[in-house]
Amino acid sequence: MAHEELLAGLRQAVLDCDEPRAARLAREALDTGMPALRAIDGGLVPGIQEAGRLWDEGEFFLPELVGAAGAMKAAMAVLQPALAGGGSRELGRIVIGTVQGDIHDIGKSLVATLLAANGFAVSDEGADVPVERFVTRARELDADLVCASALLTTTMVQQRTLVEALRAAGLRARVMVGGAPVTPAWAAQIGAAGFADNAVAAVAVARGLVRS
Amino acid sequence: MSVLRPRVSVLTREQIEAVVADAVRTLETVGFFVENGPALELLGAAGVRLDGQRAHPSEGQLRHALATAPPRIVVYDRDGTPALDLGGDAVHFDPGSAALHVLDPVTRRRRSPTTRDLAHLAWVTEGCRHIAGGSTALVPSDVPEALGDRWRVLLALLHGRKPMATGTFQKDGFAVMHRLLAAVRGGDEALRHKPLAIFDCCPTPPLKWSDLTCQALLDCARTGVPAELVSMPLGGITSPVTVREMIVLHCAESLSGVLIHQLAGPGSPIIWGGSPASVDMRHGTTPMGAVETMLVDVGNAQVGKHLGVPTHAYMGMSDAKGLDFQCGLESGVGALLGALAGVNLIAGPGMLDFETTQSLEKLVLDNEVCGMALRAVQGVSETSAGEAVDLLRQVVEVGSFLAHPHTRAHFRQELLIPGRTIDRGSYGDWEAAGGPDAWASAHAEVQRILARGNPAPLDESLQAELLAIMTAECARLGLPGLPADPLP
Ligand code: B12
Repeated sequence: MAHEELLAGLRQAVLDCDEPRAARLAREALDTGMPALRAIDGGLVPGIQEAGRLWDEGEFFLPELVGAAGAMKAAMAVLQPALAGGGSRELGRIVIGTVQGDIHDIGKSLVATLLAANGFAVSDEGADVPVERFVTRARELDADLVCASALLTTTMVQQRTLVEALRAAGLRARVMVGGAPVTPAWAAQIGAAGFADNAVAAVAVARGLVRS
Repeated sequence: MSVLRPRVSVLTREQIEAVVADAVRTLETVGFFVENGPALELLGAAGVRLDGQRAHPSEGQLRHALATAPPRIVVYDRDGTPALDLGGDAVHFDPGSAALHVLDPVTRRRRSPTTRDLAHLAWVTEGCRHIAGGSTALVPSDVPEALGDRWRVLLALLHGRKPMATGTFQKDGFAVMHRLLAAVRGGDEALRHKPLAIFDCCPTPPLKWSDLTCQALLDCARTGVPAELVSMPLGGITSPVTVREMIVLHCAESLSGVLIHQLAGPGSPIIWGGSPASVDMRHGTTPMGAVETMLVDVGNAQVGKHLGVPTHAYMGMSDAKGLDFQCGLESGVGALLGALAGVNLIAGPGMLDFETTQSLEKLVLDNEVCGMALRAVQGVSETSAGEAVDLLRQVVEVGSFLAHPHTRAHFRQELLIPGRTIDRGSYGDWEAAGGPDAWASAHAEVQRILARGNPAPLDESLQAELLAIMTAECARLGLPGLPADPLP
């Protein structure tokens, strides 16, 4: 298959949320000698950008957005090892989880998925995550951002503890918080650097935080 | 002569049986995951096939559990008077539970709730005649998190007579919540005999029991406090997106709950409840006002009735952010469908924004919604055939029934007389009153209720006993004393 055709195919596989096809085309691209970076920039990125555009226009819904992200991820898994400099394509490294005592993980997972789809390296620690675990992972990964979700009035305070613990540990990671009880005022009060009340906004805030 | 009860159903009998069969097969083959050690032991001892922490009950084991679950539960108010009769097609309402925020009527924006808000919510609930049950519907932010669940029960007991729906946030919450309830009732056995509170117990979709909520289920079963299963398939995220499959998942999770519960306390009261939602695919939110959510709720109630257990649903709430068209639409349609479906306990009044925000003003408006739904299910009262002919013969000359004894004898039973928030006056009256909107008339009604003070003060010695229990609990948790005035 000609390179142009392969790139169009990759773009379409992302838009069709077709993980196996995206991975297969990525392998074909490498086999035909296409540089991994070209496949990403010329195929996958236009695909995910188009998905974002369709989302903005109200044509795409969450299942499609998440599906496109999945197809992108499948292709990236093939291309990543072939990239010179390994993880150089990352926008930033993120540790994310739901705080201890709280098992609500749906919103957190949605945020994690969209962050990953948008080029962040995301380490999802799951739910019921102790503060120490967030700190350890942030240190291990030299994270840019630690994201904490809380859905209960009674567990929200863990977010404050997290901000303090990261500061005490002398880590550079900034904190972004979210979840139904969390408000911008709370985020400001505990000294969190970022807040968003939905997953799409979380990506924009994360971008801003790693850039600044 | 029997009266036709207006009714709504979404499943035929054959469809219900097929749903149950799918749910049973799901439990047999896929099983359910249990994080709680004691529950796993119970299941193992009862011969349920365990594969690690995954339980695979047989149909026989599930049927056996259903057979010991009572078909009817009566819940009594603080004074010991029957208040909720959960069974058959009886319908009752209680405020939607455990909101994160309260809607401030002045700013019309949400803010953090305080102990005073919770007390006021109980007062307003007392003042809503169509809302038979209470609920610990706010989580006050002015008390330490460790007290979150139990402080609410104290407040509900000090400020209201109606029985309450509540729940634990921490594993150690149940014991002291139970102690408070038993103190009011006059002992553990008296409380078992005359329940005063219902505890929500939520499985984690799909098909999992967390340590905390499973513990609540066990605690309820052992003490005879009614447990309310709150299975919440979220269509398209934690459940298949189709309405029927959501009902199947709800049935499977609820059956798993009945099994654990009845093993821990055979014959203990348990309610087939739920808070499913069909997910909004644009915002990823969990709309309680979506029509598919309501279809699932009606289906769940049909399944629960078929299996012979009392039913519950979160209906009659809205995802609007204020008291607007969407708010009235979703609350009204939900409450009416729930009542027509014969859901025994409908939790929802007052709630907005995906179950996150309580509003006292919405509560008094919803009181009218509930009144209307309850009137609707009473249907057409049976009078004797031929009565109309007689009446018309008598009156045809006069031309009006207004002065006729028949009108005086019947209008109070026949007509739902609305409260002050429903405007049936003339345009001129409305204009003269300053043209109030829903917010204004609801706020005035709330103020009227609050101005009367605590409508249900507790007997002084009991009050002292409850405060002593809470003071001891604070000491146990290392707090210097009561964190806020529970009698604001
Ligand atoms: C689903 C649900 C559950 C499920 C969770 C399943 C799961 N795997 O997550 C189950 C059944 C397990 C559950 C259990 C309980 N729940 Co619950 N639950 C909910 C419900 C209905 C929806 C939450 C949800 O998933 N929404 C959909 C997602 C997509 O939205 P989201 O989480 O808000 O996330 C979005 C944003 O907030 C943001 N965001 C989220 N996280 C983050 C993080 C960052 C960094 C950023 C930037 C953004 C961000 O982006 C997300 C995507 O757009 C809420 C009500 C509500 N509307 O929040 C109650 C609710 C949170 N639960 C509640 C309660 C009380 C409980 C229980 C204690 C009940 C009980 N007594 O058993 C237990 C808690 C157990 C525990 N220790 O955690 C209360 C909380 C009350 C309070 N004041 O604290 C609520 C508000 C319902 C209510 N009114 O009663 N629950």
